[in-house]
Amino acid sequence: MLKKLFIYLAIACCNGAGDVLLKRGMDELGEIHLNNPAHIFSAFLNPWIVVGILFLAGFFYSYLTALSWADLTYVLPATAFGYVVTAFLSRFFLHEAVSPWRWAGVLLITGGVGLVARGPSLTERRDTNQLAAQKEQHELA
Amino acid sequence: MSSLKLWIAIGMLVMASSAGDVMLSAAMKRIGDLEEIRAKKGLLAVVGHVVREKLFLLGLCCLIFSFFCLLTALSWGDASLVAPASASLTYICSAILAKFLLHENVDRRRWLSAALVCIGVILLVK
Repeated sequence: MLKKLFIYLAIACCNGAGDVLLKRGMDELGEIHLNNPAHIFSAFLNPWIVVGILFLAGFFYSYLTALSWADLTYVLPATAFGYVVTAFLSRFFLHEAVSPWRWAGVLLITGGVGLVARGPSLTERRDTNQLAAQKEQHELA
Repeated sequence: MSSLKLWIAIGMLVMASSAGDVMLSAAMKRIGDLEEIRAKKGLLAVVGHVVREKLFLLGLCCLIFSFFCLLTALSWGDASLVAPASASLTYICSAILAKFLLHENVDRRRWLSAALVCIGVILLVK
């Protein structure tokens, strides 16, 4: 249970924090103009963006780890929970205005995530269980 | 006409990203628990296992394609329409694909959650 909770938090926090850090870095960098596209490469020199990319890499790693032992329909809501983290960070770190509608959206997503997180994480498959049982019997014999 | 073009791009984006998610999920189930592999053989072995799985690479290609569809859709329409429309449709589409292709047990609890997340994502841009 603790492992599930930890991976859920890792997915949501890395996803949300990564996005916010990228936004902060891009704000410092200024607008990218089409007549000077090479300007975008200077983004990789900005510490906010570098840390943001590291967070997004962490998100992808924890997402793949979760998928290795949980159903897709169990893990997907966790990625949506990243929006909730983004809303909180936008409000308190980037000082953006978050409308009541957005907070309502945050509540709904949180409810949806809570609903799934309390259920089973992996579909039980009778065929694989049976195979394992057969193998065990075979080994015993 | 231009709105039809936009919705085709959103449709392709949704299909590509759900297909990518389903492939990643199937690929990871084939590889097994990544944490266990990491504990036994280290992080490099995990990377080795993952990049050698063809289904993972195919899924990754789908996700990259969906990213370019997203950029295209964003250049044709407002971000306030494209982002929530594609994200919320992807949740529903992935749940449907997971049920029929991965044979996951998508019970009432998970459908309800997908619907709540969907409406929540739409509200986020209000």
